Amino acid sequence: MSLLQVKKVSRFFGGLAAVKDVSFEIRKGEILGLIGPNGAGKTTLFNVVNGFYAPSRGEVLFKGERISGLKPHQICQRGMARTFQVVKPLQRMSVLDNVIASAFLRAKDRKHADEIALETLAFTGLTADRDVISKGLPLGKRKRLEIARALATQPKLLLLDESFAGLNPSELDESIGIIRKIKERGVTIMIIEHHMKVIMSISDRIVVLSYGEKLAEGTPAEIGRNPQVIEAYLGEAQSA
Amino acid sequence: MDFMKKYITYIVLGLLALLPLLGLSSYVMHILILVIMWSVIGMAWNLLSGYCGQVSFGHAAFFGVGAYTAGMLYSKLGISGWWGFPASVFVVAFFALVIGYICLRLRGPYFALATLAMGVIFRIVAENLVKVTGGDLGIMLRERTWIDKTWYFYIILIVAAATYYLVRKVIESKLGYYFVAIREDQDAAESLGINTTKYKTIALILSAVITGFAGVFYMNYMGYIDPKVVFALHDISIITIMVVMVGGVATFWGPVVGAIIMVLLAEMIRSLPKLGTAHHTFFGILLIVIIIYLPNGIVGDFAKIRKLFGPRGAKT
Repeated sequence: MSLLQVKKVSRFFGGLAAVKDVSFEIRKGEILGLIGPNGAGKTTLFNVVNGFYAPSRGEVLFKGERISGLKPHQICQRGMARTFQVVKPLQRMSVLDNVIASAFLRAKDRKHADEIALETLAFTGLTADRDVISKGLPLGKRKRLEIARALATQPKLLLLDESFAGLNPSELDESIGIIRKIKERGVTIMIIEHHMKVIMSISDRIVVLSYGEKLAEGTPAEIGRNPQVIEAYLGEAQSA
Repeated sequence: MDFMKKYITYIVLGLLALLPLLGLSSYVMHILILVIMWSVIGMAWNLLSGYCGQVSFGHAAFFGVGAYTAGMLYSKLGISGWWGFPASVFVVAFFALVIGYICLRLRGPYFALATLAMGVIFRIVAENLVKVTGGDLGIMLRERTWIDKTWYFYIILIVAAATYYLVRKVIESKLGYYFVAIREDQDAAESLGINTTKYKTIALILSAVITGFAGVFYMNYMGYIDPKVVFALHDISIITIMVVMVGGVATFWGPVVGAIIMVLLAEMIRSLPKLGTAHHTFFGILLIVIIIYLPNGIVGDFAKIRKLFGPRGAKT
């Protein structure tokens, strides 16, 4: 069962094709990794799926419904949440208030929103920081707050944009644990990540982008053996 | 102390309600009425610009439309200007929707500039649509409802209390969380499922209608309006911003504190010989001082002010 279908999506900025004719599907319950060298169009693709950009060509279907052209908040209401690569905490709000603000999407009233928020903080291990003003959080926790906030909207599909970048090893382990727990709850996840070890270990399938085009798609093992992928990555690594 | 904190609103309201019984002079009552009226405008602006982050430089437009709604009910239909209160809800909300439709697609400073332009456009239109508004001649009530100021005082006090209650309820609810989320990061708010256009429009309409009420009151209280007075950029729109900046942006009591200071200061400076006409200069200097030393206003930076007055002050 596919939850999300990306059909021949292109997105142009002026004459530049940031994403070109990309098609893939996300199946219910899986973790799909989206990788590719810098500038491959991963975040652009996220923004198209999530509604920040309309696709120049092609369409995106979520739960069988065409969502391209809808606004981000409409897509979020339909059950898709995201985090931002450059974290966007609601700075002058406490950690708890950040999550309450997003919990209101599904909450009946203020009390219910508080409950959802507290539960989400416990789930993501942020309970101890609930009263901290989010401006003052260290980066690792801000990344986690992004995840918590997205989760509080109770999504079916969660888009994670480099939620592991800049974490120290212990934070990394914690975050991987959280992602696995999210998956156990039945939430489908699409994740952009540069950290190869992480993406290879948690993804069920991987889509590789390079210069805006889909280079390969498959299980982590298949991707690890794919000569084109190795060239795109190692070729870069050698010259660097 | 906790008792004080919990009931401070009721205590202040109760004390204010008793004030007219003291037999204060008409001048003191006038100052009190102005302070309360400016608190209302400040609280209204705070809702849109302080909490929701959409900084408006054009609140005179709503104040003026409210005042003219009341004035024209009197001058055109010959009914009491007090009917302006119910009527202005619809009239001001309509104009707020129009302004919102044009301006709310803009962000940050662009929104501020667009509202600034709107305020000026409203004044020019009011000056030139002589058949509708009476132009520069303005509107004058042939006789005011009361000669004594007591009832005016109670009316504006009720408007202020209702506004305070409304702002508090709104800010503690889902609406308040959404407003602040939009202020902090509009893209993040959008991605959390918040319809930013819708909630910004709600903030604008609430803010506009309350400001319009102050305008309705002004017409009935002062008995005379003209476009230069009620659509004034520096005397209404800018003073509105100053009231909240001086008192404390996005605080419940900031607009009230700001209104007290601004109204008293204006009266004091105006009474100075020779310097009186330069009161805008003093306001400009005050604004600069506030921005540098108390960016969160007197209420927002209260802890800072306490420290300034040493340990003695900190204990109380």
